[in-house]
Amino acid sequence: MENPKKKHLSPLATGLVLVAAFFGLLALINFGASSYIQRIVIGLCISIILVVSLNLTSGFTGVFSLGHIGFMAIGAYTAAILTLPLSQKLAYLPDLPGWLENTQLAFLPATLIGGLLAMLVAFLFGVSVMRLTGPYVGVATLGFLVIVNVILVNWDSMTRGARTFSGVPPFTDIWWVGGWTAVTIYVIWRFARSSYGRQMMAIRDNQIAAQSLGISVLRMRLLAFCVSAFFTAVAGSLWAHFIQSFSPKAFLFVETFAIITMLIAGGMGSISGSVIGAVGITILAEILRNAERGVNLGFVHIPPVYGASQIIMAVIFIVLIIFRPEGIMGKRELDFSRLFSFKRKKRKEAASQ
Amino acid sequence: MLKVDNIEVYYGHIHALKGVSLDVQEGELVSLLGANGAGKSTTLMTISGIIRPRKGTVTYLDIDLTKKIPEEIVKQGIVQCPEGRRIFGSLTVIENLRMGAVRRKDRAELKNDLEWVFSLFPVLEARISQSGATLSGGEQQMLAIGRSLMAKPRLLMLDEPSLGLAPLVVQEIFKVIQQLHQRGVTILLVEQNARQAMAIADRCYLLETGQVVLSGTAADLKSNIAVEQFYLGGTAQ
Amino acid sequence: MTSLTPFEVIIQQAINAISIGSIYALMAIGLTMVFGILRLINFAHGDLIMVGSYATLFMTMAGVPFWIAVGGGIAASCLTGLLMERVAYRPIRGAQDVSMLLTSFAVTIFLENIAILMFSPSSRPFPAPGLLNSAMNFGALRVNSVDIIAIVVAGILLVLLTFFITRTDMGTSMRAVSQDLLASRLMGINTNRVFVTAFGIGSILAGIVGILWSTRVGKIDPLMGFYPVLKAFVACVIGGLGSLPGAVLGGYILGILEILLQGILPAPLTPFRDAFVFGILIVLLLFRPNGLLGSTEMEKF
Repeated sequence: MENPKKKHLSPLATGLVLVAAFFGLLALINFGASSYIQRIVIGLCISIILVVSLNLTSGFTGVFSLGHIGFMAIGAYTAAILTLPLSQKLAYLPDLPGWLENTQLAFLPATLIGGLLAMLVAFLFGVSVMRLTGPYVGVATLGFLVIVNVILVNWDSMTRGARTFSGVPPFTDIWWVGGWTAVTIYVIWRFARSSYGRQMMAIRDNQIAAQSLGISVLRMRLLAFCVSAFFTAVAGSLWAHFIQSFSPKAFLFVETFAIITMLIAGGMGSISGSVIGAVGITILAEILRNAERGVNLGFVHIPPVYGASQIIMAVIFIVLIIFRPEGIMGKRELDFSRLFSFKRKKRKEAASQ
Repeated sequence: MLKVDNIEVYYGHIHALKGVSLDVQEGELVSLLGANGAGKSTTLMTISGIIRPRKGTVTYLDIDLTKKIPEEIVKQGIVQCPEGRRIFGSLTVIENLRMGAVRRKDRAELKNDLEWVFSLFPVLEARISQSGATLSGGEQQMLAIGRSLMAKPRLLMLDEPSLGLAPLVVQEIFKVIQQLHQRGVTILLVEQNARQAMAIADRCYLLETGQVVLSGTAADLKSNIAVEQFYLGGTAQ
Repeated sequence: MTSLTPFEVIIQQAINAISIGSIYALMAIGLTMVFGILRLINFAHGDLIMVGSYATLFMTMAGVPFWIAVGGGIAASCLTGLLMERVAYRPIRGAQDVSMLLTSFAVTIFLENIAILMFSPSSRPFPAPGLLNSAMNFGALRVNSVDIIAIVVAGILLVLLTFFITRTDMGTSMRAVSQDLLASRLMGINTNRVFVTAFGIGSILAGIVGILWSTRVGKIDPLMGFYPVLKAFVACVIGGLGSLPGAVLGGYILGILEILLQGILPAPLTPFRDAFVFGILIVLLLFRPNGLLGSTEMEKF
């Protein structure tokens, strides 16, 4: 009997090929594409980071964090305050405490501090809340978001309150974003493949069985929550330095919904699914947004319907949930090593297993 | 009366029932035996319409029930008393019984049936306003059976009524089941406790990993060596 | 203006608290009823308030007398709720909790954006007549009639609902289905009808809340349902999701908590009131993970 043997690329080689392809694509976009496309790609990468992070806590450990965007806010404001040029700080945020008034950091350290701060907050919050289940943990995280929002709106001296925080230096470019995206995906991928990840999936699949094996659900959830908060905050910093001005209003529920749609579309529990979901929904949203301005198809003229894109997205979401609630990838991952395999048929001696 | 023809049931990829056929004649007490996981509850759930078989049919008095929803099947007169009793703990005894009869429109008959249930299970009348959760295991089983009886079943399906109950209580329950049988109620009884079941059943089916491996009268099965070995020797009760 | 004695202040604030608590309780009942039976947290419940209010507004603008328009508004809420159930929630019955929650988000976004498209995002004044919206003076106390009406209406509705839930077959069926769906189906209970009834009752309550809320605030806008449903959700969680008495208890506790915090927080902290409310909620969940009237069994981690 013939035993066809496929030669797959080793995981390391596959990873390197992917990374190279990714940065090659970014270079192409950077030097070849219009600034419009570049901006979309940057936004897309930020979305990918957000979705993959959310997936870690929701898809892998079942903590449905409705308020996750609060961490994005923490990252955005922290990094922005730190990178604001000293001269601007004086004028813009006159009531900052002394040590902050005189600090100005570069992009990377500011972002990292934002991420670590978010991680700390996640830890303090999560230690108490991670043992709640189902809708109760959802409410708790919602409460978290409200608390963050209220603090941001009222802590005038730090955040300019409800007013727009502008003048953030435009550090974000396609390389920063690409780099962080690669790091996020890599870290979360390794996490999922590690023993921690396996424990998490055990919890997700059968919590009681997992507990009987001694897996600590609380610790796993907390760990996932904190790591997820870190990267979400990083995305916040990237976004802040991209859009350059924002206010606390930007971190509320409508934005949450967009990310969740991408998560569901790709499949909770699949990292490659999250990427696919983010890409798909971003493209779709962009097309719809352009169509909002009115479509002229020769003899058919559809007038501008602003807000229609939101409605259509909502409908798409409902249809998706009804017909394919597990998303595009479900819990599976794309197997890249297969994509790059060389098929070689070998006749083997009938050596029984 | 009831004819189950070659049903195949899947849970996702798991092939739970691999072509199960059985029939129940009017007035009979048929018992479905088998070890845990053999597919007994699955069979009952399929008859009740909770699960839909991929292949095969369930016919009742020449009416095809295979595609019907559970509410309609109960309307036809097939009532299941599910495994684990599943009484409504936060409702009182009388409310539980009333829920069994919620489909019925015949007020007078209802009163008579209620009195009949109380005569079978006097303890229920004693605890009439207590909430279901405060009853003991045996009392809950009686309530579950009583609730099913209030639905005026033409075919009563009981799923493991002896589960988790003390031997004396089991005796009582089986006595009542026999009483029902003598009164003419058609019964399909699922049990792990093969000894008790075979003592009162007219005919039995033995289910093993989704297939009927043996069928016949209770006497036939009792004399069957395989049954002796696997089910009578090893049964805990 | 004569200043109030401390006693009068307490009475004034108590009326305030009970009035707003009544509104939260009515909202919470609808939400918890649907959750108990369908395991669905219907965030779009808030938009039913909006639909009812707009319907009433447009009817009065078309010349319909106010109180008939109120009936129309409530009917509009009810219809929208039933439609929601049929189109968006019935097809996904039995899906994971999370899917259903997210679908309700989608429905919210859908309804809110349609409203923005149709009615423009800016707010409009709500034409409550004098009877509903007049200041009443009891000595030095100033109370708005809508507060009294809210308390009375809530009281009446709660009595009616209690009677319905405990004495009627449909009400008992609802309790049965909420406890054990499978056993209910095996009894032949028409679960579809139960779901529809739950949605219907909840939607009618939402419609009533809409009138009361719009009168209190004075104006309506497409996004007006957002805060009420959030508060209602919190009220449900305080009392224990799925428990009707819990929803009522939670609603009043939330109302009292809000007014209390508003009063006792020192001036610089009052804008943080909502943060405190949520903070207290989180602390509550630590000790009672399933709400006040929920089970005290904790997941053992």
